[in-house]
Amino acid sequence: MLDYVKSYLTSNLTPGSAGNMFWAFVYIVVIFLGLSVAVIAMNWLERKILAHMQVRLGPMRVGPHGLLQPIADAIKLLLKEDIMPAEADGFVFWMAPLLVVLAAFTVFIVVPFGPTHAVTDMNIGVLFMLGVSSLSALGIVMAGWASNSHYPLIGALRSSAQMVSYEIAMGMAVISAVMMTSLNQQGTGTLSMIGIVQAQQAQGVWFIFKFFPLGLVAFFIFAVAMVAETNRAPFDLPEAESELTAGFHTEYSGFRWSLFFLAEYSAMIAVSSIAVTLWLGGWLRPFPNLLTTSKWDLFFSLFPGITFLFLAGMCFYSTVRMPKHPLFRIQTIGLAGFGVVLGLIGLILFIPAVRERVQDIYWFSMKVAAFMYLYIWYRGTFPRYRFDQLMKVGWKILLPMGLGVLILTAGVGLWPLIQQTIWNR
Amino acid sequence: MTEPTSSLSHLDLQEREKPFLDANELVINMGPQHPATHGVLRVILRLDGEKVLGLECVIGYLHRGVEKIAENRTYTMFNPYVDRMDYVAAVSNGLGYCEAVEKLLGVEAPPRAQHVRVILTELNRLTSHQLWLGTHALDIGAITPLFYTFRDREEILKIFEKYCGARLTTHAFRIGGLQYETYDGFETEVKNFLTFVAPKIDEYEELLTTNRIWVERTKGVGILSGEDCIALGVTGPVLRASGVKWDLRKAQPYANYKNFDFEIPVGQNGDTYDRYLVRMAEMRQSLRIIQQAVDALPEGPIMAKVPKVMKPPVGEVYHSIEAPKGELGYFIVSDGSTQPYRLRVRPPSFVNLQALDKMCRGQLVADVIAVIGTLDIVLGEVDR
Repeated sequence: MLDYVKSYLTSNLTPGSAGNMFWAFVYIVVIFLGLSVAVIAMNWLERKILAHMQVRLGPMRVGPHGLLQPIADAIKLLLKEDIMPAEADGFVFWMAPLLVVLAAFTVFIVVPFGPTHAVTDMNIGVLFMLGVSSLSALGIVMAGWASNSHYPLIGALRSSAQMVSYEIAMGMAVISAVMMTSLNQQGTGTLSMIGIVQAQQAQGVWFIFKFFPLGLVAFFIFAVAMVAETNRAPFDLPEAESELTAGFHTEYSGFRWSLFFLAEYSAMIAVSSIAVTLWLGGWLRPFPNLLTTSKWDLFFSLFPGITFLFLAGMCFYSTVRMPKHPLFRIQTIGLAGFGVVLGLIGLILFIPAVRERVQDIYWFSMKVAAFMYLYIWYRGTFPRYRFDQLMKVGWKILLPMGLGVLILTAGVGLWPLIQQTIWNR
Repeated sequence: MTEPTSSLSHLDLQEREKPFLDANELVINMGPQHPATHGVLRVILRLDGEKVLGLECVIGYLHRGVEKIAENRTYTMFNPYVDRMDYVAAVSNGLGYCEAVEKLLGVEAPPRAQHVRVILTELNRLTSHQLWLGTHALDIGAITPLFYTFRDREEILKIFEKYCGARLTTHAFRIGGLQYETYDGFETEVKNFLTFVAPKIDEYEELLTTNRIWVERTKGVGILSGEDCIALGVTGPVLRASGVKWDLRKAQPYANYKNFDFEIPVGQNGDTYDRYLVRMAEMRQSLRIIQQAVDALPEGPIMAKVPKVMKPPVGEVYHSIEAPKGELGYFIVSDGSTQPYRLRVRPPSFVNLQALDKMCRGQLVADVIAVIGTLDIVLGEVDR
């Protein structure tokens, strides 16, 4: 058993690729739990950040600073009556949320949190992610259709049209990034998520800065398309509250509704991690090629611990600022306890052996978190697009841009070859 | 032929003769429980995909029979009821009613009362426009302006509360003047508010005016020409955004608006964006009026000589004011008793709502929401 564990620790492959089923299973469980926690945290953060953008406090009552609010909501959703409209198509109605959740979670099989930190390293990783994540469109259409009601139907139609249109622009951007991976001696590119990050490492540049501004434009296209793909503001037409009450999930309640919620947030994390992998160097820490000395290595590997200690410090600061009233005693103790837990995690992260293995995951998560913040920021700033305008942006702006970037990237990438073969003949 | 019992009957009947299962048409019931119909408006939409073929408004869910109540109350007793019509602009309602009865009685409020009335009414116009902006932006999907406007509206409501003890349904005015003298520090508080709110209005504009999505969502949406407006009786900012310079404060000055220097903002295209710009400009003009009124607040009595038991002479009177939403008129028939023989209100929201079908035909579902928002209706006033 110990040897088994050790064999994993010394391996250079992901458990799935190495055929290590036990560790692959452990990874799946860890990712599933981690994702659920991330969605809960995201829920709290979104409310808090949005609230602070909107000059209000957000949840403050359930737990210190509303920290337990998402948990309370989850319990409420689980206990709620599960309503199925009498005229609904029962089986499809039941299937739809499951399909959406399945699609949203399955993509995480290939998300590389580090060179070895992925369930498996598929050689068609990007294709797999795009393919599986677009399955959720099917789930949404099913939900809208099975509800047998007008608003969900319109929401579902909007959603399917939107997802299909934006997937094309998204694909164009992805292809231009994948093409960049082939700029090496052998001239062979890769679709593997890990391979793409390794290509960025080998070329010494994140693809967002490659062939400036081509990489940047491709990244921009993807960043816009991914918001549309996940049905978030300003492209949240399928669930446009003011028009369609709640869009495709109007008729859903309780646990089924929470599945849609879970799927939406994990889909956001999934597309963000594609963006991070393709353009922002995945798990690579900042400046891996410029600041290469071991001192810099040490400096950057301290970040995870420092982050957790900072969060713990914030907790302690808030504990001190808590009202000194007996009613707040439990909250104060709870917040202090949370701070202690965070601080302990921070201290554990300073242990060299842990530090080395965790920093990849840390940098990856931080980059994804930046995207999550962007999502919230969009929601606080932008009005909603109208349906025809949404289509116009997708087909008339993003798609031609994507095509242009694709052709230019190919041209620039092939330029040395063209020079050799034609010019110097 | 079957009897057209459906409430859709007035929409083209020949269209309805089509086969039962027409895959291209969808009839949607928007409201009365809907997040964006501003209360209990029910709109029956006939859609072709996302395109609106026609719509019908069903109103009356908030009908309280205000006009009938008036016939059973004395003139003084009815005063608080008018606040409940347009509850976001209660002060304006009160002003219109008090002035109408004053006209009937042949009395005039003293200058100080007139000034305070103008200050409070213009403050109320600000609250109404702020609430409109917040909810309109929310309908179009921008959630943040709502909280900004509510934050600043709160300051005005605080002034109201300090003045008369109520925030929304203020009952601020009495027939013949005012019940209460202004509280200590009223003037400085209003002046402080003016300096506080001017940059805030810029803040709202910063979020929206040049926002690409906002402009795309509102430009060319729900166009209403000046002629259409006049034909339908539409008044207020909606009329002015269509290029018709008609503001009762200038056209038929009431209270003492003729003493103040302000402009009437006018739009050109009559679309949702122009209506937005007109209302934003109106907020700034209101600030100007309040500033002038506070600076020149005269001393003196606040109540004219009004009989304890009001028995207006037999006759009738129509008096209208420029409420935040348009022309708010009161038609009162007196039979010489203590109670009005008949009281009829001309509510701006009710008349403006007529234009909804005209503005929405051929547009998309999302535009219906934008148009309902831009008309700035209050269902309390529509249904009365």
